[in-house]
Amino acid sequence: METKNKAMLSGQHFMNGDVACAEGAIAVGCRFFAGYPITPATEIAERMARRLPQVSGVYIQMEDELASIAAVLGASNAGTKAMTATSGPGFSLMMENIGLAVMTETPCVIVDIMRGGPSTGQPTMPGQQDVMQARWGSHGDYEIIALTPSSVQEMFDLTIEAFNLSETYRVPTFLLADEIIGHMWERVNIPSAKSIKVVNRKKPVTPPSEYGPFKPDEDLVPPMACFGEGYRFHATGLTHDEYGRPKTDSAEVQQDLVQRLCEKIRRNSDKIVKVDRVLLEDAEVAVVAYGIASRAALSAVRKARAQGIKAGLLRLVTVWPFPDKQVEEVAQKVKALVVPEMNYGQIVREVRRVAKETPVIFLSKLGEEPHKPLEILDALGEFRK
Amino acid sequence: MTKKQLEMKHPYERFLRKERMPHIWCEGCGNGIILNCFARALDELDIDLNNVVVVSGIGCIGRISGYVNADSFHTTHGRPIAFATGAKLAKPELKVVVISGDGDLFAIGGNHFIHAARRNVDIKVICANNFVYGMTGGQYGPTTPLEAWTTTTPYGNIEQAFNLVHLAAASGAVYVARWTALHVRRLTESIKKALQKEGFSFVEVISQCPEIYGRHNKMKTAISMMKWFKEASEVRNFSDPAKADISPSRIIVGEFVDVEKPSYGRLLREMKAKLQTE
Repeated sequence: METKNKAMLSGQHFMNGDVACAEGAIAVGCRFFAGYPITPATEIAERMARRLPQVSGVYIQMEDELASIAAVLGASNAGTKAMTATSGPGFSLMMENIGLAVMTETPCVIVDIMRGGPSTGQPTMPGQQDVMQARWGSHGDYEIIALTPSSVQEMFDLTIEAFNLSETYRVPTFLLADEIIGHMWERVNIPSAKSIKVVNRKKPVTPPSEYGPFKPDEDLVPPMACFGEGYRFHATGLTHDEYGRPKTDSAEVQQDLVQRLCEKIRRNSDKIVKVDRVLLEDAEVAVVAYGIASRAALSAVRKARAQGIKAGLLRLVTVWPFPDKQVEEVAQKVKALVVPEMNYGQIVREVRRVAKETPVIFLSKLGEEPHKPLEILDALGEFRK
Repeated sequence: MTKKQLEMKHPYERFLRKERMPHIWCEGCGNGIILNCFARALDELDIDLNNVVVVSGIGCIGRISGYVNADSFHTTHGRPIAFATGAKLAKPELKVVVISGDGDLFAIGGNHFIHAARRNVDIKVICANNFVYGMTGGQYGPTTPLEAWTTTTPYGNIEQAFNLVHLAAASGAVYVARWTALHVRRLTESIKKALQKEGFSFVEVISQCPEIYGRHNKMKTAISMMKWFKEASEVRNFSDPAKADISPSRIIVGEFVDVEKPSYGRLLREMKAKLQTE
């Protein structure tokens, strides 16, 4: 593929998910990547190493994932859209500075190409075992955003979306894919530069003397000055007031800050959350799935329809913040929900919380193979009239 | 003091966020001297504060980023160098200075130090070495001398200490100096040199911690610690850093390394320029 010094490879391509992710990042203006090699995310780093210097960006291979995420935060605070990509073990190492990104409201995108865990687990096999870690992995109370692509095209599209959301809400945003989506080759349409929506962090309009780096607007998001812009701001991982001053013994400041960090996402969740609804209008049973599992689910739903079972699919494009309303709406209409996941039960907990009285059937899958459509169809078969 | 004297402006006031005062440091701490020398270096070089970024980690000296009136970031424990690397590469026109402690930079953050030095990233690292974890109440760290008493070496320290200037030189730093908090003039000159030098520059400051370290090690006051610095210091410019281990009777100070080597940022810019013309 001829890439020479072009930021946008507009046109049709055949590529794998990791490469599509890198191209999405470049298309939306990411110009800094710091990472550490790890299967099955390495191809993102390799692509960025080749592509970023072509478009005046920076690729740096750091000494570990602790350094990678720290460098990403440094670059973002210097005014550059920045990202890293990793898998389970590296994701674990990044957790502390993900908390720093939350606390200092540093926009950044973290891609986790999930493999089998715990620990070193199965490096070349798919998994969906890090979705709860993405939500809760760093200490303290906070909210983040996480998107779950289910195709190579979505690796491109949702990487763009992840940057836009991260810039909008000044929050670390995750792209949670898995080994299959990362390594699978599919056709990708890369649109023209003009047709891509690019959101940049809002800049302060107040003079430096009045600027509070953590003083929010009505949407609860503070405008962001960057290094070298004359604002001379201070940011810290300590609990801080609107001017970035550490307030380590004030209950009030702690309350206000933590509440705002959570509420800026919760209150905007209607704008953030995306789901894909398939054949749900008259559905009597619905599959709730995301990522790789949603592909088998779609096939199972179609097969079920062919057999006269009124099945539908609610595909979660956003898993965090959790689409409470969207899942609840479906749960109220159907007799049961089926949740296939490549883990031992993570998002299903959220589905059960929201589904209340509606039965939820969980289909766990661990190891090499994703769910087979027939396995999901079996679960749907119980609702045959 | 007269009212007039009280109203007098400190000559380096513009370098400080006055609303953050009083600082959290104990009486007699060397951190104030380091802040003073840093401000003096910026002043004498007439550096535009809008282009300076001060990055610190966790610990007593870590609070310095909040006191300096420049863009500043107080990162997590051990990570200021990695953060600074990202900031510098993303915006090369910035002067990025890491000011942090021995535990932050050489225990939890040791890996980042050696790799940033190896890459020759154009950042400046000033380390306040007080031989101890002060903020947490006085535990031993990677620079604590043998036999020293700390709260976690109640029978005396049995770990060997890092010789930081040797480590920095071996890792590839282009400028390496060590002074004590007593050598304010020479320390200021070294900070100035580091700020002007292209590449990874390292200045170690042996700094007194009378409250948490000194008083448990037969140096009850700042004065007694500084007396030790005075009596034990030996200026040996460009001597072998491998032989600059700190002992109770000898603290070798001076400049150890001052060499030219293209920085990571320069090589990156050259690579990108070449790509554009191909």
